[in-house]
Amino acid sequence: MKRFWQRAFGKLWLAAVFLFLYLPLLFMVVFSFNSTRQDSEFTGFSLRWYDALTRDTKIVDGFWLSIQVATAAGLASAVLATFAAFVLVRYRRFVGRTLFSGMVNAPLVMPEVVIGLSLLLLMVGIQNTFGWPQRGMLTIVMGHTLLGMAYGMVVVQSRLQEMDRAIEEAAMDLGARPIQVFFLVTMPNIVQAILAAFLLAFTLSFDDVVIAEFLSGPGVNTLPQVIFGYARRGINPTIYAAATLLIVSVTLVVIGYSVWVARQTRKREREMNAAVRAELTALQAH
Amino acid sequence: MALASPLGRRFVIGVPYAWLVVFFLLPFLILLYISFVDMGNDISPFKPIWDSATGLLTLKYENYNSIFRMGEDGALFQTLYIEAYVRSLWYALCTAVLCLLLGYPFAYFIARSKPSVRPALLMMVMLPFWTSFLLRVYAWKGILADQGVVNQALMALGLIHEPVQMLYTNVSMLVGMTYVYLPFMVLPLYANLVKMDFRLLEAAYDLGTTPFKAFWLVTVPLSKAGIIAGFMLVFIPCVGEFIIPSLLGGPENIMIGRVVWDEMFTSNNWPRASALAVVMIGLIVVPLAMYYHFTAESAESKN
Repeated sequence: MKRFWQRAFGKLWLAAVFLFLYLPLLFMVVFSFNSTRQDSEFTGFSLRWYDALTRDTKIVDGFWLSIQVATAAGLASAVLATFAAFVLVRYRRFVGRTLFSGMVNAPLVMPEVVIGLSLLLLMVGIQNTFGWPQRGMLTIVMGHTLLGMAYGMVVVQSRLQEMDRAIEEAAMDLGARPIQVFFLVTMPNIVQAILAAFLLAFTLSFDDVVIAEFLSGPGVNTLPQVIFGYARRGINPTIYAAATLLIVSVTLVVIGYSVWVARQTRKREREMNAAVRAELTALQAH
Repeated sequence: MALASPLGRRFVIGVPYAWLVVFFLLPFLILLYISFVDMGNDISPFKPIWDSATGLLTLKYENYNSIFRMGEDGALFQTLYIEAYVRSLWYALCTAVLCLLLGYPFAYFIARSKPSVRPALLMMVMLPFWTSFLLRVYAWKGILADQGVVNQALMALGLIHEPVQMLYTNVSMLVGMTYVYLPFMVLPLYANLVKMDFRLLEAAYDLGTTPFKAFWLVTVPLSKAGIIAGFMLVFIPCVGEFIIPSLLGGPENIMIGRVVWDEMFTSNNWPRASALAVVMIGLIVVPLAMYYHFTAESAESKN
């Protein structure tokens, strides 16, 4: 009896917290289809906010800018994160290692406002000295890369630490050059983590308001900046329509990625099993 | 060594190192520098540290003084800045506690569910986290409004008779912050609880403890590391939160991130904004140092 109540309580708690986590998403999906501007009562089904969304040039421009910024920041972050993780895992001793690990990790705990402000001061300084770059897309990408690199590094680092060094040493013994070892042996082993780092940095960039607000120039507004501007002014179901499209695409990407990972793992297991079986039959044949 | 040649090694270390020095260390040093100079006049936003007329280098403490003191020799710690710092720390603390109260049982029940459903449940925790943070916060604005879904539901249930103001108060601030940071609490707690040996609980039951007592004396102490990690992951970013108070808070709920922003872009006082940011870093370094001290200590006691 006691067990039953415990289990019922557990299920109820899980359901309640999941409801809390999904309520805002549900709310936006429902009211994106509302026929009127209000978001307190559902007055009827309509697609007018989706229509308004496609006509809203600020949102559409912001979306394309954000895609470009996030792709650039994601790629730069993934590359730099791989470098940084490699340095931290493989090079135990070099001059300034403590400073290096401190600098890689610091953006994880720094308030975004502080990162944004200090980068703005840097950009102003550089611009005053060299007359370049203007605040805009490039400066936002630089700011997002700093953040994305830190998060991506954590992901790649943990994968590199798990990796079996013996296969790299084997490749070296067989005469592969270091650069060959990296691209033919190390890379295939950590490619999943690098992809995860890219996705994480992409999402962080696509979602960021604070750093973009500090580093963007006049007329350059990423999608979150446009939405933030609208959001401060009051109800705007066009945003709910944008949110619904985002929720649907993120759900598809996340499900797709996890299916890919599951399939990859299964494939590897199958190959392992096949190899073990082949070995066994060979042994039996002896 | 995977890249044994000294040139390759230097290249691999050099690339991320140079990037971090230019985009992390240098900006921080500039921030620190500007926090010690006077506000400029005319076009330049700040005066250089080196006075060309007298040829003297002078550090100005005025910016820091104005954070801690009202006027030249006013009372200590009675400024609006200090109020904003204290409020930020207080919200961060309340949010961390709320996340723990809500998230601990949640993580516990996920960890005790069937191993086959755990990945799906975790995925469901992560999914909202991958959709826009800004949009999810914005949705609460509609949900908590006077005519919003929550007020309507409470009135339909007969719990209240007229709408209660929740938006732009402490309620909306804490709901928004708890909502956003809950996954940061749940994931480390889950990682900790799922590794726990639940036979220890069985043993406690066999020895006659009540489930409640067993929970307090066995489960909680064993998950201490997870609790502290989750607490830090919520507390630290909460202190500098900028978006949530901007969307869900009123003028009463201004936090320090917003104050830095206003000082920079509204008052155009770059040196003071920099000084405020430097003090903010100090506020975050203290709990972090305590955290590292704790983890180092527990790692030592394990050995």
